[in-house]
Amino acid sequence: MILEAVKAKFPDEVLETSEFRGDLTIVVRKESLAQIMKHLKEEAAFDFNLLMDLTAVDYLSMERKPRFDMVYHLYSLRNKHRLRVKVGVHEKEPEVDSLVVLWPIANWFEREVWDMFGIRFKGHPHLKRILLYEEFEGHPLRKDYPVNRRQPLMKQKSDHELEFIEAREYGQAVPELLRGSANQEEKKI
Amino acid sequence: MSSLATAGKKRRKELMTLNMGPSHPAMHGIVRIVLDLDGERIENADVEIGYLHRAFEKSSEQSGYLQVIPYTDRLNYVSPLINNVGYCMAVEKLFGIQTTERSEYIRVVMSEFSRVSDHLTCVGASAMELGVFTVFLYMVKAREMIYQLIESVTGARLTISYVRPGGVKADLPAGFSDEAHKIIREVRSILKECGALLTRNRIFVDRLKGIGIISKEDALGYGITGPFLRSTGIDYDVRKDSPYSVYNQFDFEIPVGACGDNYDRYLCRMEEIEQSLHIVEQALHKIPGGDFMSAPHAAMPAEEMVDLAKMGQTEGLAQTEVEPEPTLEGGTEKYFEMLQTKDHRVVLPPKEKTYGNIEGLMQHFKLIMFGHGIAPPKGEVYQAVEGANGELGFFVVSDGTGRPYRVRVRPPCFAIMAALPLMLQGGTIADVVPTFGSVNMIGGELDR
Repeated sequence: MILEAVKAKFPDEVLETSEFRGDLTIVVRKESLAQIMKHLKEEAAFDFNLLMDLTAVDYLSMERKPRFDMVYHLYSLRNKHRLRVKVGVHEKEPEVDSLVVLWPIANWFEREVWDMFGIRFKGHPHLKRILLYEEFEGHPLRKDYPVNRRQPLMKQKSDHELEFIEAREYGQAVPELLRGSANQEEKKI
Repeated sequence: MSSLATAGKKRRKELMTLNMGPSHPAMHGIVRIVLDLDGERIENADVEIGYLHRAFEKSSEQSGYLQVIPYTDRLNYVSPLINNVGYCMAVEKLFGIQTTERSEYIRVVMSEFSRVSDHLTCVGASAMELGVFTVFLYMVKAREMIYQLIESVTGARLTISYVRPGGVKADLPAGFSDEAHKIIREVRSILKECGALLTRNRIFVDRLKGIGIISKEDALGYGITGPFLRSTGIDYDVRKDSPYSVYNQFDFEIPVGACGDNYDRYLCRMEEIEQSLHIVEQALHKIPGGDFMSAPHAAMPAEEMVDLAKMGQTEGLAQTEVEPEPTLEGGTEKYFEMLQTKDHRVVLPPKEKTYGNIEGLMQHFKLIMFGHGIAPPKGEVYQAVEGANGELGFFVVSDGTGRPYRVRVRPPCFAIMAALPLMLQGGTIADVVPTFGSVNMIGGELDR
């Protein structure tokens, strides 16, 4: 019923509707996302006043185009309805409209999607990483980010430095050759 | 004179930045709040999270569906059973299967006990931070009893991995019902005692009342759910509004607050504990099959059966009952039909079959081994359950293989943390502690 109503209201903007195991899904055109979401939120017939979840899926290994999907889960307190809204996002232009003006929680959720997938949000007030640190390179939930890649925040210690630290810890005499270089390192710190 | 006055004004405008956390005794784990202070007053607050990020979602994509269950234990580590239930229900929804009624009841009982332990921790810890150490000890004592009960069922206190897609790992141990009733009585008396110490305690009330207020509109805009939303007066509860499992068979109430301040949240949590205990009592009364682990039985130890089967002496093994190790108690054929759905794509065979014949062993390995595992049909589902902090949602995408294509968790305290600056603004530094305590931030779930 919701699917038909949305489709009837936006015949051109809604690309696809489906139902799977009781979950209702609509796929909408990227350009009209903000407009449709505003309508879904404010129109009394829908009244989706809660943005429950906002995330993305990278379909790289499923070889689908467009590569990303933005996934929004809406909930209506009054009608007790749930709806999933999806938007395809191309790899070349990973940008969708921000929903911060409609739901303030979109702020953090969108920061997380930027952090994990590298999708930008037009109109977001402060798009910076949320779970990872600013120095992090890449977006880890993309399928082409290797799971074993490590990015330590601190510089890796050289073998010389490690030997020096070990010797000092165990109270051993520090080799003359090492002492000079390590002392310099220490001073720098 | 005038220049002095303006200088004073200027100085007052100068804000001091104070870092609360990441390592601060009141920060419940690791989170950093950057406060812009005008004297004692908080002008602005910025919350920084992510210190406990351990790539739950990325790791889930690398392992099989069953191997994700232990990861979910570590999301909300104060009520891990609810996470288990949420994730397994999402996988069941992908398959389109339903589990048996008895295991639904067991899930409800265990979830509600988890909720009680979560609320006890939250109320106890935030009371302790306000100086009421006694209450903390009392509540942790109550929580300890619940943990021991959980341990007797699952074999672990915290990292329980108890629920499976299609059922639960094993049946309730002998005498569970009596023990549970005893603990419910104890928890009630402890609650009464703590309520007497806190609810009308002048110092406690003064620290909480009118502090950290959030309006209905803001709470909805920030997607806040759970006791936090209910304290503002909105009675949204997933158990009532989109009933899952067998929650529609119980009689319970949703406590709501009036103005959405810290004191309302405290009262909501205290009442929810009582309601949860009430649900457990009803569930134990109604549970189909009753307390049927209690009958003592003669059985062959698992090692013996495995040895016999290895030597090919399988005659009569199919009829013999196996006595597995304690944590698998109730995973045997006798209880199998009551606990597991009949779908062989999902459930492990009963232990007699695994130990006693090759077909059972093969099926077991097919479901467990890397590269095989359970493989739901292509599709994507969102399953919400009522976590202790609010709506806990699992969004699982399947590409038809044995590994989940994407597992997304909607952590309930993420939304609350996003709204935290709003509640802190205008308050004093001392108010940070009770407000933050009432959020019940769980790092494992927030940062995943």
